[in-house]
Amino acid sequence: MAKQTKSNTSRLYVPEPPFRPGDTPDYSHIAVPVSHTPPRPDPLCGAHETTPHATALIRVLRFSGEAEGDWAPEISADALRQALRDLALTRAMDERMFTMQRQGKMSFYMKSRGEEAVSIGHAMALRDTDMIFPTYRQQGILIQRGASIKEMMCQCLSNSGDPLDGKSIPVLYSFKKHGFFSISGNLGTQLIQGVGWAMANAYKDSDEIASVFTGEGATAEGDFHYALNFASTYRAPCLINVVNNQWAISSFQGIAAGEGETFAARGTGYGLATLRVDGNDILAVYAATKWAAERARGGGGATLIEHFTYRKSGHSTSDDPSKYRPENEPEVWPFGDPLDRLKTHLIHIGEWDEDRHTALLAEVKLEIRETYKSAEAMGSLSSETKVNDYTMFEQVYERPLPHLDEQKRMFAAEVEDGQA
Amino acid sequence: MPEMNMIEAIRDAMDVKMSQDSDVLVFGEDVGYFGGVFRATAGLQEKHGLHRCFDTPISEGGIVGIAIGMAANGLRPVAEIQFADYIYPAYDQIASEAARLRYRSNGDFTAPLTIRTPVGGGIYGGTTHSQSPEALFTHIAGLKTIIPSNPYDAKGLLISAIEDNDPVLFLEPKRLYNGPFDGDPHAPAKTWRGHDLGEVPSGHYRVEIGKARKLTEGSDVTILAYGTMVWVAQKVAQDMGVSADIIDLRSLLPLDIEMIEASVKKTGRCVILHEATRTSGFGAELAAQVQERCFYALEAPILRVTGWDTPYPHAQEWAYFPGPKRVGNAIQKVMEA
Repeated sequence: MAKQTKSNTSRLYVPEPPFRPGDTPDYSHIAVPVSHTPPRPDPLCGAHETTPHATALIRVLRFSGEAEGDWAPEISADALRQALRDLALTRAMDERMFTMQRQGKMSFYMKSRGEEAVSIGHAMALRDTDMIFPTYRQQGILIQRGASIKEMMCQCLSNSGDPLDGKSIPVLYSFKKHGFFSISGNLGTQLIQGVGWAMANAYKDSDEIASVFTGEGATAEGDFHYALNFASTYRAPCLINVVNNQWAISSFQGIAAGEGETFAARGTGYGLATLRVDGNDILAVYAATKWAAERARGGGGATLIEHFTYRKSGHSTSDDPSKYRPENEPEVWPFGDPLDRLKTHLIHIGEWDEDRHTALLAEVKLEIRETYKSAEAMGSLSSETKVNDYTMFEQVYERPLPHLDEQKRMFAAEVEDGQA
Repeated sequence: MPEMNMIEAIRDAMDVKMSQDSDVLVFGEDVGYFGGVFRATAGLQEKHGLHRCFDTPISEGGIVGIAIGMAANGLRPVAEIQFADYIYPAYDQIASEAARLRYRSNGDFTAPLTIRTPVGGGIYGGTTHSQSPEALFTHIAGLKTIIPSNPYDAKGLLISAIEDNDPVLFLEPKRLYNGPFDGDPHAPAKTWRGHDLGEVPSGHYRVEIGKARKLTEGSDVTILAYGTMVWVAQKVAQDMGVSADIIDLRSLLPLDIEMIEASVKKTGRCVILHEATRTSGFGAELAAQVQERCFYALEAPILRVTGWDTPYPHAQEWAYFPGPKRVGNAIQKVMEA
């Protein structure tokens, strides 16, 4: 192409992450706030009072184990030990399922390693009846709410115990009985649906609220804008959560316009309350969620919460993170590990010790192994006991339509043909 | 029996359902205080309250998105998309979400919502106020797509749609709002006054989704039409003196293939009419199904009469529209075969 004369000096800018494979990652430029600012305003304050919170970072747990500041929640040692167990259980399940996927037992799996506190701390602060519209990395919410881990595993295995009859890929759970909305594989689409759910709650004079999730990558979808716009317009009683785990498959958060401003700050322009929280600090996640839930229930409308965290594993079993980021990047990420940080806190306040911790990890590992065994006994994608193929014609509509009945008969003929 | 035009019949359907069921909400762009650009929701806010009939931001994806959430949460939302030409931002919410929710969750969650939207040309709306995108929706498993051609069916079908436990796309041929249109833009406009199908019972009644209407009974040719083209077909057949089975499909998915099959096996000839563009239009689906079932009864090739494969033009509206001449030529051709 011929060189053209330009009247300005702009050039196409394509953001790139600071480190790629082979580089030595150094995140010392990310300031980890030591003082636990900003202050906690009244949950029914004017939205503009939370403008500083959109660019600050709410933290409670210091790395040394103290829980400090305005946001430090009142929470019993028993509840914290339960949270620690839920974190460990989620991680153990993820590890087991990942391994089993590698052994060909299921088509796919997605771990939540490194960001488990976002789901578990969030769910702890809500009522079990509040409907959550999760992404595929919120399995911790189901664990926290006491869903059957065996049923979850059966869903991933697409076996005869799969409540979804094999219709969805692994991890795209649906558990209405646990306030867990059916997960879509199309990203961002559910944000606006959650706002609609919350509007219906308000219309019905219900005390329940909704909470919707997206990763930072899918904030680029129009649906994110719809959700913020409608949530603001109708003061919907909902929480809009952006889990900024730095990576959308292989694209760093700068590809979603994260270089110029925080994701929480997106809410300011819509007149929403905004909070930005250390997502590896389960007490901070809990406190921020409590604040936003109180605001929503009190008629103050929606809050946008950015959970600042880090995705320690690959996006799914289908990608190898060492192909696009330094292998040791998860270790040098400056906000620590959510499970370790809660453990340190519990030890610091004299409610936990190393021996109990070792025992806990062994116990959850065993529980997951036993549960998995009983789940796999009901079949796996590669075994003979997978779900009945004819169920694929069910639940397309409430009642079968004539053309689907006809296609079911055509399929039956195809099956008989194969057996002849 | 009360006489109504199609707008009044559609409004009455919503009014009946809103009066019966507090879970029914109506919303969309300009539908609240103002009552909609075609006046379909006029008076509903005043009668049923601000919470039951309200304005939304200009955001079709958002409108359908909240409707899905509300429907999953037990309400029966009726969302208006101001023109079908504006529905594309909502396509993902319709195709990937509303139509899939029941299947994806194996019945754990459902989305019983209705989307109303005006379709078709005839009002000099040009490329952005005239489209007939029905084929983009009949291709979606989990969605029902229906299109009335008269006030009586409009009210009964809309009530059925609102009561249906699956998502329904309700297409409104806007040229028929005020009267039947036989394809001659220069003739004085007709109204629904005095028309059999302009007599609309008050109160609640249903027209079943999935059942076509035999408009005229004939022996020589089957004409498959829906929306505006139903009345063009009737006028042309009448003028030509052809004995035609004119079938107003009313429901595209589910399709009343039984009525179609019986008719074509009787007449041996089939002409398919639609206003939408030709290639991959719903007529292609109809032609395929008819030949699969009726091939040995056919006396002539199945012909399609459609809009051209161009955007809907403004000044050339009547050159684009599949009017009486194009329809008449096709009927002539199959009759001569």
